[in-house]
Amino acid sequence: MTTLLLFNLTNGLIIGAFYVLMALGLSLILNLSGVINFAHGGFLTLGGYIAFMLSARIGFWGALIVAPFIVAILGILVERIMIRRLYGRDPLYSLLLTFGLAFILEDGSRWYWGPQGLPVTIPAFLAQPLSASLFFITGYRLFMVAVATAVVVLLFLFLRYTRLGLRIRAGTLDLDTVSSLGVNVRLLRSFNFGLGIFLAGLSGVLAGGQLGLIPTMGTTLLMPSFIAIIVGGVGSLVGTLVGGLLIGVAAGLTTVFWPSASEAVMYVLMALVLLVRPRGLFGEEGMLT
Amino acid sequence: MSQRVTTGSPVAGEPPAPTAQGAATATAQLAETPVARMPAVTVPPLRGTLGNQLPLLAIWAILLTAPLWINAVGGYMGLATRVVVLGLAAMSINFLLGFTGFMSFGHAAFFGLGAYGAGFTLKLLVPSTPLSLVFGTLLGGVLGGLLGLLIVRRRGVYFAMVTIAFGQVFYFLAYRWNSLTGGDDGLRGFARQPLHLGPLIIDIQNNAAFFYYFVLFCFAIATGIMGFLLRSPFGRTLLAIRENERRARFLGIPIERHVWASFTLSCFFMSFAGALYALLNNFADPSNLHYTMSGNIVIMAVLGGIRAFWGPLLGAAVFVVLQDYLSSITTNWMSFVGLIFIIVVLFFPRGLLGFVRGRNMA
Amino acid sequence: MSTGLLSKTIARRALLRAGAAGAAIGALPLTSPFIIEARGETPIKIGLIDPITGVYSAPAASEVEGAKFAVDEINQKGGILGRQVQLLVEDSANDVGTGVQKARKLIERDEVNFILADVNSAIAYAVAGVTNEKQILHIVPGGHTDPITGKDCKWNVFRVCNTTAMDANAIANTLIEKFGKKWYFLTPDYAYGHTLEEGFVRNLKGAGGSYEGDLLPIGTADFSAALIKAKSYGPNVLIDIMGGADQVNSLKQFLQFGLQNDMKVAGSLYELENMYAVPKEALIGWWVMEWWWNQPNVPHVAEFVAAIKKALNKTPTARHWFGYVSVHTCAIVANETKGLDAVKMAHALEGLKLPPEIALQSGDVVYRAGDHQLMSNIFVGEAHPAPEGGDPADMFRVDTIVPGEKAAGSAEATGCHVTWPS
Repeated sequence: MTTLLLFNLTNGLIIGAFYVLMALGLSLILNLSGVINFAHGGFLTLGGYIAFMLSARIGFWGALIVAPFIVAILGILVERIMIRRLYGRDPLYSLLLTFGLAFILEDGSRWYWGPQGLPVTIPAFLAQPLSASLFFITGYRLFMVAVATAVVVLLFLFLRYTRLGLRIRAGTLDLDTVSSLGVNVRLLRSFNFGLGIFLAGLSGVLAGGQLGLIPTMGTTLLMPSFIAIIVGGVGSLVGTLVGGLLIGVAAGLTTVFWPSASEAVMYVLMALVLLVRPRGLFGEEGMLT
Repeated sequence: MSQRVTTGSPVAGEPPAPTAQGAATATAQLAETPVARMPAVTVPPLRGTLGNQLPLLAIWAILLTAPLWINAVGGYMGLATRVVVLGLAAMSINFLLGFTGFMSFGHAAFFGLGAYGAGFTLKLLVPSTPLSLVFGTLLGGVLGGLLGLLIVRRRGVYFAMVTIAFGQVFYFLAYRWNSLTGGDDGLRGFARQPLHLGPLIIDIQNNAAFFYYFVLFCFAIATGIMGFLLRSPFGRTLLAIRENERRARFLGIPIERHVWASFTLSCFFMSFAGALYALLNNFADPSNLHYTMSGNIVIMAVLGGIRAFWGPLLGAAVFVVLQDYLSSITTNWMSFVGLIFIIVVLFFPRGLLGFVRGRNMA
Repeated sequence: MSTGLLSKTIARRALLRAGAAGAAIGALPLTSPFIIEARGETPIKIGLIDPITGVYSAPAASEVEGAKFAVDEINQKGGILGRQVQLLVEDSANDVGTGVQKARKLIERDEVNFILADVNSAIAYAVAGVTNEKQILHIVPGGHTDPITGKDCKWNVFRVCNTTAMDANAIANTLIEKFGKKWYFLTPDYAYGHTLEEGFVRNLKGAGGSYEGDLLPIGTADFSAALIKAKSYGPNVLIDIMGGADQVNSLKQFLQFGLQNDMKVAGSLYELENMYAVPKEALIGWWVMEWWWNQPNVPHVAEFVAAIKKALNKTPTARHWFGYVSVHTCAIVANETKGLDAVKMAHALEGLKLPPEIALQSGDVVYRAGDHQLMSNIFVGEAHPAPEGGDPADMFRVDTIVPGEKAAGSAEATGCHVTWPS
């Protein structure tokens, strides 16, 4: 039993790390721009497909680096052409816009690449488990955790120590003041959006190696990101980090005792958090409430 | 989110007119503001000149005569019924969205709950269409009321996120509680029953036109109640909350109670629509509760115009017909629907009725 | 795919306008010879409802292609009853409400003579309610839920693909004999998964075996928890009856964990569409195909495969065959009864044996009268990577062919009682 528990705990952390990667991008965009990006899953899917196409030419590693950038550029284009016009308005409109965009991204993926799943091959040395007893820790899953950790660390360092990061953090608290201090808020928002979409694209590339590459893959991964943010606290990146890991671990542990409930447990967590501490574990009162 | 802190209106997108009017210090002016700032036409007046009544008459004329012309224009009875049902759903969400100013993106959960409630009644309890409607409405409405208690303090984006998440909870329940709901396969094995009015039996089961009129009748009742509520002091208070929540609070209006009431009422109307939907399809399934359905219903309202009472009905008509038409001629209809969302949001945020009126609905 | 459909359906749009006017006239209670004569020019319409968008879009696309191919074939030979056939394809979008709405649209507005629906069993089921009410002949090409030809069978509904019971029965004993009696299940948590697992378990218990398993939601991305438990249980076989993308994911992860060294993997369906989506290392295990293209000694099959390859540039899958057979069934039974009366056609379909160039397999392929289920062969075999330089679709080695009748059990056991309209 303890081995099973340990296994699932570790497994939960691995899954959680992936959720964190996805949710962080969503959270970044939400915090600074107040946009609930329903199209996040669509960009994730796009990242996976673009990586698939690129890997034929520049290999897995090349695709891993290049694809998220391409998706980020697309994201910035979307932000500048469409989402930018909606900043002054009711958040309803940006939500509806990203909603419609999600439709287009999913349908576009299906139209261009077909409804069939595409076979993504990962480098052979990654596709092995660590050892016979630690069979569920494959090289690839470790790699995913490594990437997620690296990204999180880099992101926090960026936000903490660079000027741009400082501006983003300040903008999350009070964008008007930041603007009146002479910062080009439009550029800031575009960059932030691009950063969030970069993370989505990266998640997509990683997901493609683990799951099947199908047009609907992004939508299925969207809800856990939302819940990670709500549990962790809207407006707090640390909260999103903790939230993602928490729901991953909770799902993993629940599988030991009650497998069919493993999916439900993240909703239960969310309901609990909302009842007991509505602002989320790390949320601050007044943040987006 | 600086917008939250510096501006007065938490949810409404339009800049709050009071500040444009200048500092309003007199209490009289304050008290007057919510009413004075009412858009000239939100709810069609009950009495008035024929000119005022024209939109109302036109709408009802079209609705009442639908079976006569629907086939000639390339439609079919089921389509018309679907438009009415989804129109009611869109108007239900607009009760909360357009008239109270709160954005719920998980409302389809109550639509689905109404559908399942009606289905359970017909399948397990008693083969009675009216009772199925009652139970369906109660199921969604009561659960909505309970949920409302939890979320009534949230605002804006957070409110929306929480409604999405809870909506998905219900979706998840419908999907996974196989033994009760049939899970992914949906709830089946029930059908709408003919109506027994004393000696008269109205076969709404097999006659599509009869069923259409029955649905229209239900629609009339629901929208009648909705209109009545919105014209009442309660409704005016909701509008006040929409326009400027902070001021409304200063006026001593119990905001949370009103928001809860509005939320709950919209849930009741929504589940009524859902129950009708179940009767239309003789089926209830989890996708009725998914946030995609929520999004569709909201876009119908926005498309038609959220500031107008009948706007959502028009939006539903356009959306349902367009989706029906598009999905027959292209497999990429999803992209077109997504495009509609985007175009409406970018270019017609006031919706079709707002566009037609050409008035600034601030 | 989309362009082909588009041109066909744009052509039908013009016809629809004429048809709508005709329908308005036809609504009048004038059944004079004038109307019947006019009908001679109007085409025979078959309505096909499938989830062209959504998670089942891959098998749906194949079914549509197979159906269109069949319609072209029939039209080239003069059509049905001397009239051209038109295929009207509607997207159910994997949503029951939409499927039902489309069914009503096809029947009430487009006045189709036949309905084919749906990959999604729930939609097939709901549409059957509509077609039964409207008395339209309904063929289910690829929806597997058992009650459609079981306890909820209807006089106007017939099914081409197998029941889950048939699929399970066909392979279960092979697995017991070859590998052992200790199994672990990965079951999708909906009716299809439940009944399929029941079928396997019935056979397993009959042989005195033991099992454990996991019920997993559709759309499960990560199977590690279930696979961890499987490994500690130590079964002979992992029975993976997940469908679609879930099956692809579970197999990928099975391999990544190196579990193929500890146990065999097997299950029921492993559709060719899915096989293209997995890396070649994942092409292992024992599965069933409901139809397979590579039948060397059976006449007509090679021609069919070649024709499909020429027309669609791909090897036909079981789903193509479902669509193909469904359309041809309509043609056969209409020509046989020399009319389009649904009740007469349904009677004619009971016990109808498919001609060999439609059946495309050995043995007698018959629509069983007792439950309206097509008794086709079930191809049990082993998956393998396509050989280098060979046919890329050559990913399955047929080991046994189990006659449908044998796998299905008796018609009475399905619980079907067909009641005819008075």
